[in-house]
Amino acid sequence: MTDELIAISILWGFIFIYAVMATMDFGAGFWSMVYINRPQTKATKIANRYLSPTWEVTNVFIVAIVVALVSFFPGATFMLGTILLIPGSIILLLLTVRSAFLVFSHVAPKYEKVLVYISGISGLLIPAFLISVLPITHGSFVETMNGVSRLRLDRLFTSPHEYAFIAFAITSTLFLSSLLLADYSNEANEMEAYTIYRRDALIIGPFALLSSILIMVTMRNEARWLYDGMIARWPWLAASVMLFLLAGGALFLPSWKKKNGRGMPRLAVVAIVLQYFCASYAYGKAHLPYMIYPNVTIESGFTHPNTFRALFVTYIVGFAILFPGFIYFWRLFMKDRRYLANDEK
Amino acid sequence: MDHVLTARTLFGTTMAFHIIFATLGVGIPLMILLAELLYQKTKDNDYALMANRWTKALAILLGVAIPSGTIAGVQLSLLWPGFMEVVGKVMALPFQIEIYAFFVEALFLSIYVYAADRISPTMRIISLTLVAIGAAASAILITNVHAFEGTPTGFRIENGQIVDVNPWEAFFNPSFAVTATHVVLSAYMTGAFTIASIAAYHMLKNRHHERIQLFHKKALMLGLTVGGVFSLLTAINGHESAQLLHEYQPEKLAAAEGLFETQSHAPLVIGGFTDRETQTVKWGIEIPWLLSFLAGNRFDTVVVGLNDFPEEWWPPLFVHTLFNAMVGIGMFLLLLSIVGFVWHRIRKQHIFPNWFMWTVVTAGPLALLGIEFGWIFACTGRQPWVIYRMMTTAEAVTQSTNLGTLFLLFTSIYVFLLIAVVLVLRSYFRRHPIEQHLSTHM
Repeated sequence: MTDELIAISILWGFIFIYAVMATMDFGAGFWSMVYINRPQTKATKIANRYLSPTWEVTNVFIVAIVVALVSFFPGATFMLGTILLIPGSIILLLLTVRSAFLVFSHVAPKYEKVLVYISGISGLLIPAFLISVLPITHGSFVETMNGVSRLRLDRLFTSPHEYAFIAFAITSTLFLSSLLLADYSNEANEMEAYTIYRRDALIIGPFALLSSILIMVTMRNEARWLYDGMIARWPWLAASVMLFLLAGGALFLPSWKKKNGRGMPRLAVVAIVLQYFCASYAYGKAHLPYMIYPNVTIESGFTHPNTFRALFVTYIVGFAILFPGFIYFWRLFMKDRRYLANDEK
Repeated sequence: MDHVLTARTLFGTTMAFHIIFATLGVGIPLMILLAELLYQKTKDNDYALMANRWTKALAILLGVAIPSGTIAGVQLSLLWPGFMEVVGKVMALPFQIEIYAFFVEALFLSIYVYAADRISPTMRIISLTLVAIGAAASAILITNVHAFEGTPTGFRIENGQIVDVNPWEAFFNPSFAVTATHVVLSAYMTGAFTIASIAAYHMLKNRHHERIQLFHKKALMLGLTVGGVFSLLTAINGHESAQLLHEYQPEKLAAAEGLFETQSHAPLVIGGFTDRETQTVKWGIEIPWLLSFLAGNRFDTVVVGLNDFPEEWWPPLFVHTLFNAMVGIGMFLLLLSIVGFVWHRIRKQHIFPNWFMWTVVTAGPLALLGIEFGWIFACTGRQPWVIYRMMTTAEAVTQSTNLGTLFLLFTSIYVFLLIAVVLVLRSYFRRHPIEQHLSTHM
């Protein structure tokens, strides 16, 4: 494996982790808004209990992605920084408002509803803007004149391809988060909340799959090089669909632990995360070597080899030190029944 | 307004906003940690209560510090792609290591805030220590990038290409240690004085409520003591910072002091405004020989003046005022702590007079203002360079236009958040007044 491939794999790994954590985070904010007027079901409470300790950690990942991009591919940073000024700024503003309001809503109950609504709605808008970075890298929306690159926002927002991605981002956010919250409420023994989130997942799942098919259909016209690359990796796409069906099935199977219970949400969550893994692997592999088609490749944008080596060492040391911290965090908030079942707050 | 200036204004506004919360995010955790430790040592419940309330405030402040830091980090790439290209190739290490520090802080803050009741006292202290270390490390590492901009090492530019890259040499650039120390010490000082300000304010407001007075008195003494120690350390370190400028960025020192002619036995000019036409500092107080002594510990040290540099390399001359304002505030706070110490320890008076208390109320805001002046001085004093003698700010700026609209958007968000954070803090502490806790703990 070349240095460039190692670097892009680390970057892709961060993006994948962030995508999963962020969809859950944004989705949970949305669900806590939807069910705020039905306190008896505890659906909002469950969403908040997941959200409160995790958003800061999730937020670190977005910075980690930007830093990995800048440090591994400074050449790509120049172009991405230039063309993403507007969409990037919109994302930043939305993220700021959302995080601040999320924190405020817990300490100022007087304004709780307004704050929850704002963080809930921005929670859907942010994924829509974030995912737009992908079609932008497909190249047809970037125009270079006299050595200055700029993003043609008019072309971007009249493209069906872009809207397919937006639909995919929103449905995936709702799908993944409802599935995770179903598992989380199951773990916390909140069966009413579980029923609600399981139902939501079942409704939204097919739409998420549909929008991913829509992405492929529009890609055929708008980014043929990428489409051909992905179709050439059809086994990954097939595996992804199989995992989706497996997850759907898992929600109908009788529960292992509980009598009369329905569904194995943990299995469904794992299957769906693997599904996204397979699909994004096929996408990412077909995207190589281009970071921004056709101007920037992973070779042309790559950092200085000495810097890469130094960074690589810090990655190993850094994550070796952090790993126990993540485990401890996981055990305190995802596993500890005292936290999950806590009715106060 | 020209393009570079608009970009600098936008980024400067982001930083000015972020610095408020980032500084408190470094300073307050130390105060919480000290309160926790005092509680474990004395078993005085008041200290536990302090730690608890300050943690609430910290969580709210971090709700703004974290997203505004995210903005600052991403905006670097959006507004200064040319600069970040060099940073990515040469100076990526501090950014990368900062991510780990950031993770440590986020993980353990969540643990301390949301799991405090489920973990042992030892684990609470450990979590808090890690939060404080993570916060300080973030500040140190980001300051490292700033230090590199002033004293770049570890690479050369040859025919527009970056060659001879040594990332660790860039990391340990000459001004790293002194500059990073300056930022951390002044953040601790600011955190402590902010606590002292709030305590003093509440003591003035609750004159006839002895129990509340007692609680805030403890916070006040803790704030003043820590603030005093760190203002002294900041001053000593500030002196080293100036000597560093003398050695590595002489035109920045010259602009800070309004010195035009190179000379030994150079005077120190306090106050006044630098005038480009007459090449003097108008209405300043001149102390003979002092600048030479401060720059090199000897009166015959030759201090280089601005006229030795081409005029297009001069930083804006108003940095003299910013520099004076920063040093002035630092000195004032140091003096304040000394007066407080003398009053309390040497005269053995346990009640401070009103004028002193009101002065303490201003200490926190003043310290924050000093931080702002210091940062603006440090970054404006480096102009026209973004990387000293390697890359100008104009070479680094984005090619995208329309920054004016973005400036308005971001500024309105900052103003809005500033108001919101004050309202939220007030609303929280109004609903959880100290009386209610004191009575249950008594």
